[in-house]
Amino acid sequence: MSESKSLFDKVWDAHVVKSIEDGPDVLFIDRHFIHEVTSPVAFLSMEQRGLNVLHPNRTFATADHNTPTINQHLPVADALSANQLSALEKNTGKYGISHWGLGHYKNGIVHVVGPENGITLPGMTIVCGDSHTSTHGAFGAIAFGIGTSEVEMVLTSQCIMQQKAKKMRIVINGKVSEGVLPKDVILYVIAKISASGATGYFVEYAGEVFENMSMEGRMTVCNMSIEMGARGGMIAPDQKTFDYIQGKELAPKGADFDRLVEYWKTLKTDEGAQFDIEYVYDASDIEPMITYGTNPGMGIAISKPIPRPDDVLDGKASYAKSLDYMGFNVGESMIGKKVDYVFLGSCTNGRIEDFRQFASVVKGRKKADNVIAWLVPGSHVVEDQIKAEGIYDILINAGFELRQPGCSACLAMNDDKVPAGKYAVSTSNRNFEGRQGPGARTMLASPLVAAAAAVTGEVTDPRIFLN
Amino acid sequence: MAYDKFTVLKSSAVPLPIENVDTDQIIPARFLKATERKGFGDNLFRDWRYNNDDSPKEDFVLNNDKYSGKILVAGKNFGSGSSREHAAWAIYDYGFRCVVSSFFADIFRNNCLNIGILPVQVSGEFLNSIFEAIEADPTTELEIDLNTQKITLLVTGQSEGFAINGYKKNNMLNGYDDIDFLQSLKEEIGVYAETSPY
Ligand code: SF4
Repeated sequence: MSESKSLFDKVWDAHVVKSIEDGPDVLFIDRHFIHEVTSPVAFLSMEQRGLNVLHPNRTFATADHNTPTINQHLPVADALSANQLSALEKNTGKYGISHWGLGHYKNGIVHVVGPENGITLPGMTIVCGDSHTSTHGAFGAIAFGIGTSEVEMVLTSQCIMQQKAKKMRIVINGKVSEGVLPKDVILYVIAKISASGATGYFVEYAGEVFENMSMEGRMTVCNMSIEMGARGGMIAPDQKTFDYIQGKELAPKGADFDRLVEYWKTLKTDEGAQFDIEYVYDASDIEPMITYGTNPGMGIAISKPIPRPDDVLDGKASYAKSLDYMGFNVGESMIGKKVDYVFLGSCTNGRIEDFRQFASVVKGRKKADNVIAWLVPGSHVVEDQIKAEGIYDILINAGFELRQPGCSACLAMNDDKVPAGKYAVSTSNRNFEGRQGPGARTMLASPLVAAAAAVTGEVTDPRIFLN
Repeated sequence: MAYDKFTVLKSSAVPLPIENVDTDQIIPARFLKATERKGFGDNLFRDWRYNNDDSPKEDFVLNNDKYSGKILVAGKNFGSGSSREHAAWAIYDYGFRCVVSSFFADIFRNNCLNIGILPVQVSGEFLNSIFEAIEADPTTELEIDLNTQKITLLVTGQSEGFAINGYKKNNMLNGYDDIDFLQSLKEEIGVYAETSPY
């Protein structure tokens, strides 16, 4: 009898080329995504060593971190950004790597375009020089972010060297109530576990809530695994996963697809498999969430007051500094806080489902005058869907504009920066000091909470808009 | 050889007793636009270190002449957030060779080891003793011996062991990196690639 294995074990063990004694495993990487910011130095260093790209067909490049979200047809004005984009074009051209640069109809945020084109598949190992690579875990892949030295390793050897992580399972049973989105589920989990509580672990999400979630929702959840310190997160593939993949442009077809589905069906945690730690939550405890501090663990149900430092798990030493940065006080309600900016987008919430949710609230209403809203689709494919489904018209009629795809205000490397001291309700993944621009104050929330803020100009419980 | 060997480091240290320091603080995104690994130390902790008009913030520790050395001592959960290796480059480029904390974020720890910075994880109590000793005397020295995996607060003689896996330790002691090693496995990797279903 073979021993019981978790989903993570099955995928990991299938990719170990060699185990080093008292050291890491040499792990084969099926898919490697690169973008303009974390790859140039890797190519340069590789060339200085006289090495070559081993499997160019396993690496896929897109430009996203640094790209403007308006006038993408014009030359990029920022010289340094333009330089990174041209380095990506040059490097991928030289080594025969697929490149969806700015203006390409497939261009978009790396963690949006991978899944929507069938590059991301269950059972794979997937890495990228971006910590939110964990997104792809939604398909039952082992996916995680790496540093530039590791990008160079993958380019030159298709492998990286990492120690196998410990295993955590997060089970949420029951049904979430109306107005509670996948973003709220993951913000709830991070608030429970803290911003560092899953460091050293790989997380599997299991239970009814995740089984009932759409693929987009699963991606939102897995995306933010890194925000509790986890190496990555994954969800067992099921019929929903296979249906999502089938027919995608670069996905396997016909008999190849059928054969893989048979294999993918085996990718579930066996009965009796051991986890180093397990948390079980009840879906009915989850409300729409919002963050009040400067790490993603500092989140609360939108109707609750800002907690006292003694009531939070983590970061007590920095709690006052954090609230001071945000201009908030213990005991205050988040509801009614003024909002200057709203950002809908990023690899966390820049997919079609997120725009549908946002539109459901702003439909027939008007954008608040005091709010500047950046609505940024995750890819051109999402942008096209927004237009095809009539969401675009709803947004325009409500006084919003739609920008062009990219990471945008998620990390504010381009011009989409929230000014110092201003408040943003953001559907992205990080509320760190200055993340959305020097001095910017970020409140992370779901697309529904963002929409409610966008039409009222203040933090608002979106449930008042649901009928 | 990608970086200098690391054996024993004896140095004073710079204290940063803040928890959850994320890589956006270590190096903000707007400084990631380079295509070469150069000059990142200038922007280490940029927004904590400088005002908007580029004048130094007097109260930030890197602007205080009292503190110096090759060791950065930081609060719990150092290096969380973005995977940007630029954060480790900035720390190295500024002149640090070792970061001491009671807890490190995973990707950051890997990035450090890959470029020749030694992350030393100590207990919360030991971390506090270090902070107290530096506060009492900013020139107080720490000794970090990679061979014996021991960190010592020289003024009190207090010491603690730290963990590092044997493979990475050997790399650091010799200044090797994983890229060299992986090149030596080309054949095994080729055999594996043949069996891949993707
Ligand atoms: S949207 Fe944000 S988190 Fe996602 S890939 Fe871009 S920068 Fe990274």
